[in-house]
Amino acid sequence: MELKSHEPTGPIEQRWTEHKAHSKLVAPHNRRKHTVIVVGSGLAGGAAAATMGELGYKVKCFCYQDSPRRAHSIAAQGGINAAKNYQNDGDSVFRLFYDTVKGGDFRARESNVYRLAELSTAIIDQAVAQGVPFAREYGGLLANRSFGGAQVSRTFYARGQTGQQLLLGAYSALERQIAAGSVKMYPRTEMLDLIVYEGRARGIVTRDMVTGKIEAHVADVVVLATGGYGNVFYLSTNAKGCNTTATWRAHRKGALFANPCYTQIHPTCIPRSGETQSKLTLMSESLRNDGRVWVPRKPEDCDKDPKSIPEKDRYYFLEERYPAFGNLVPRDVASRNAMYVCENDHLGVGPKIPGEPRRGVYLDFADAISRLGKHTVVERYGNLFEMYERITGDDPVETPMKIYPATHYTMGGLWVDYNLESTIPGLFVGGEANFSDHGANRLGASALMQGLADGYFVLPFSVGNYLGELRTPPALEEDDAVCKDAVREVKARLTKLIEAPAAKHGPDHFHRLLGNIIWKYCGMSRSRDGLKDALKQIPELREQFYREVKVVPNKDETLNQTLERASRVADFFELGELMCLDALTREESCGGHFRTEHQVDGEAKRDDEKFQHAAAWEWSGDASKPVRHEEQLTFEYVKPTMRSYK
Amino acid sequence: MATKALTLYDTTIGKKAVMAASGIILLGFTLGHLSGNLKAYAGPTEFNEYARWLRTMPALLWGARLALIFAFSAHIYSAFSLWRRNKSARPNRYQKKVDLATDYAAKTMYLSGPILLFYVLFHLVHLTFGGQLFGDGTIFGIEGYTWEASNPYNNLVHGFQHWPIVIPYVLGNLALGVHLFHGIWSMFQSIGANHPRYNQYRRDLAIMLAALLTIGNLSFPIAVMAGYLEPTTLRFNFPELL
Amino acid sequence: MKTKTIKLHVWRQSGPNDAGRFETYTAENVTEHMSFLEMLDDLNEKLIADGKDPIAFDHDCREGICGMCSMVINGYAHGPDERTTTCQIHMRHVFDRGWDEVWIEPWRATSFPIRKDLIVDRTALDKIIQAGGYISIRTGSARDANEAPIPKPIADRAFDAATCIGCGACVAACPNASASLFTAAKVGHLALLPQGQAERMSRVKSMVATMDELGFGGCTNHGECEKACPKGISIDFIASMNRDLLKSLVVDRGDAEAPDEGA
Repeated sequence: MELKSHEPTGPIEQRWTEHKAHSKLVAPHNRRKHTVIVVGSGLAGGAAAATMGELGYKVKCFCYQDSPRRAHSIAAQGGINAAKNYQNDGDSVFRLFYDTVKGGDFRARESNVYRLAELSTAIIDQAVAQGVPFAREYGGLLANRSFGGAQVSRTFYARGQTGQQLLLGAYSALERQIAAGSVKMYPRTEMLDLIVYEGRARGIVTRDMVTGKIEAHVADVVVLATGGYGNVFYLSTNAKGCNTTATWRAHRKGALFANPCYTQIHPTCIPRSGETQSKLTLMSESLRNDGRVWVPRKPEDCDKDPKSIPEKDRYYFLEERYPAFGNLVPRDVASRNAMYVCENDHLGVGPKIPGEPRRGVYLDFADAISRLGKHTVVERYGNLFEMYERITGDDPVETPMKIYPATHYTMGGLWVDYNLESTIPGLFVGGEANFSDHGANRLGASALMQGLADGYFVLPFSVGNYLGELRTPPALEEDDAVCKDAVREVKARLTKLIEAPAAKHGPDHFHRLLGNIIWKYCGMSRSRDGLKDALKQIPELREQFYREVKVVPNKDETLNQTLERASRVADFFELGELMCLDALTREESCGGHFRTEHQVDGEAKRDDEKFQHAAAWEWSGDASKPVRHEEQLTFEYVKPTMRSYK
Repeated sequence: MATKALTLYDTTIGKKAVMAASGIILLGFTLGHLSGNLKAYAGPTEFNEYARWLRTMPALLWGARLALIFAFSAHIYSAFSLWRRNKSARPNRYQKKVDLATDYAAKTMYLSGPILLFYVLFHLVHLTFGGQLFGDGTIFGIEGYTWEASNPYNNLVHGFQHWPIVIPYVLGNLALGVHLFHGIWSMFQSIGANHPRYNQYRRDLAIMLAALLTIGNLSFPIAVMAGYLEPTTLRFNFPELL
Repeated sequence: MKTKTIKLHVWRQSGPNDAGRFETYTAENVTEHMSFLEMLDDLNEKLIADGKDPIAFDHDCREGICGMCSMVINGYAHGPDERTTTCQIHMRHVFDRGWDEVWIEPWRATSFPIRKDLIVDRTALDKIIQAGGYISIRTGSARDANEAPIPKPIADRAFDAATCIGCGACVAACPNASASLFTAAKVGHLALLPQGQAERMSRVKSMVATMDELGFGGCTNHGECEKACPKGISIDFIASMNRDLLKSLVVDRGDAEAPDEGA
């Protein structure tokens, strides 16, 4: 299969404009003849559904939460980048484009990234017009801050709740369309399969999570905006309900899955405290601006009160290893080094969990407090300190915080071309669910930007272009054989879970075990042997899962949260295997993907000659034997360089 | 957005505004009533003169009475209709429920309200229509407590020498204080009289007015029982009061 | 590490038409590090292993922002900690209160029918937003974001209202099951901003009428909602909403005929 990116040619700053100028359109009176399905109601899905409803399409929008307002975009804290250059500090669309390509370690498509940077400014205008209360200066104009080590202040923010405010903006636009009747909302409804008819995506199979009813929904176009797959690790900063089922089922129906091994681990999360932990909590990265990261030099000191450990026995490992950047090294570097000191050197100070090394390092504000005074430090980080104290019971002013990396974002996803169309015609993918714009590593404050660029501007346009070309698709009804078969298949799948022969444990038990394997072998640091080991363990555990998973109540036609989880875990198993396979095949280190075999003095070593491509995997019918395809990436505007923070 | 043809009274907020507006009228009356009654401390002549003066303006008097009847009815009717609505908004109660903000006054509005209603009726029967109802006999059958048509001062002071009069009066006025403590503050909220700079004073004002009215009204039975106010032996001849 | 056994009285109800009842469970080996929901997760895993129907409850982000979790815990909506959602309650604080016995109930309101156990249907809140909780701006038609400066104190105040997570704790805690704080938060957020002025009067009218139609109770100014609100939204916004509504009905009826500007 040849992967065609369909990116326009010519000068990069003209591409999006030219592309739009020469694409097909659907006339207003024809739009209402087209039904568009949007799965997911976060920044990408909510914005796309609202905008397409506004354009006049008949939109059906689905989400598993009880309201579209609860999609996990809501939890993004930091901010959203935009090349507004309101600060007059030399920012531009090109610079944002450049930073994003470089930050992604040269594994993203230049045309897409440029478009993203270009659209960033319109997002801010749109959000402000909707009433999103971004932070402002005393003069009344919008405030900006520098984020994640950027050299310019281009991040717009709304206290620590930027994602919430942007999502509520998109949600309000969506609710307006629901009221107008152009969008029909299906909350508490989960997509369990994709319907492909005559080679095109034509609908989905859903389960009503209240009644358990499984049914088909037919449309002319299907848009997936279902987020990332970070919950494959079981513990992550994702919401509990985040899952890969929609994207994975699309993959099994023919959509290629690209770069699944690109996952982002965030260094400043609260460490795991016990076996029953269900979720990890992110603490803003800004803490590293004033906190110093250290562990004791001697393993026997790990139990001691940190304040009793003298200065000479403290190992400020980031400052020692990276004198230039110190505690502010990028996310992946900080995360990896925390892991090394805990797992290799056994110097971790996290909570004791039976059978595991202690995972956790100190993030100490004592120096900042003595330098700036307690008042200033508390003023800067007060809300984070409170949050930390609520969860751990420790006051970071009195005793150093303990932090450890956790899965936060997944750059991989369904492969899409420039139009965000997957390898199945008529199936479009936006937001974190696609693989497109962040390459191997996402920069801070870029996720919100991408979700909204896709949702407000790219998807509505691309869908129009597709429908303009397609005109009238072959007729298909919900009670046609292809739909009925799809419904039957889904029912059979659920029945298989409900009727496991040796039912013993709930789905979480297996999810936790799977998460452990992925975290251990396909987390911050990956090795050939480890990945091979994982590829042996995962199918075994999957078999055990299908044999022993216990679903109570043992029926599908009812509200059944155990069944929901079991069905999601089943798909995580297959995705997890693909992640490990992708990581094993990518014989280089880049961005969030670090292979121990490919490093120079502990630093990632890219192999541009062999791996300057996106790896897109095709389902073959056997989860262990997918087919790998490559999309070569070319860099005309940003020349690949080595990332170094020494 | 679809705008609906809406009249004020259709909405719960409108009903609360009606309660607030009628509440203001009733509060105004209560304040006026107290300030007039304070003339009792100036002596029987002043007090009775004041009572007579009120009767010299029948149009104003009846206007005020009608306004009060209207305010009372609106207040009670709105309260009842909100109460019914609020009950049906939560038919199943919590097994356990902790009040975090609700004070005693707020919690008992639906109790202090009816108490006040009964008290007001009692009060009217006692002092407004006492003459018509009890004529020359004893008031409420209390021995030695007879109606003196031209001497409201004595009707008042005599009454407070008797526990069957004092007890409902004290209870009624305590209910009034409690009712106003929440009611006055609530009134500001309901009509949206709010400004970040002054909001803190709304509660203070409610406390002040509620206290003023309660203490003022309760001073009369106390003063009588303490012997500070005594029945007068003076004779008055005010045909207006007959 | 402190460990405790806690007796739980949990509301179980198979569907909206079922009568429902409390059932008692024993949560064993509850550690101080667990969150309240993790205690329930653990209990549920044991129930599943025993073949018993696990307790259904809503939750998602587990970091206090999505607004999905919803429980009345020992009489407190979202539990006793101030400005905290159910998912952010940690057992350490429950231990500190000396609670050995905990009653768990769903949000109770006519407008929030119970779907199962502790799960309620809060679609009514979405309907209130549909009635006008937005600014009618077409995608792509916005002017430059910095063209309209907004004084910082106003923007900050708008944010204080906009921070609502739509969890419904205000309704749950209100003695009248009123959605006034929820509605007022959105009305207040948009009424403070210059962008929100054009539809200000029609918005408040429409949203309040919808709130009433959906069967929520009226506000009696008790202030329970403000205390239960995990984001600490002030009831001053209710007063402002009341003022805007009265203004829209009594003073300014000018835009009553505003055309419906949807699709």
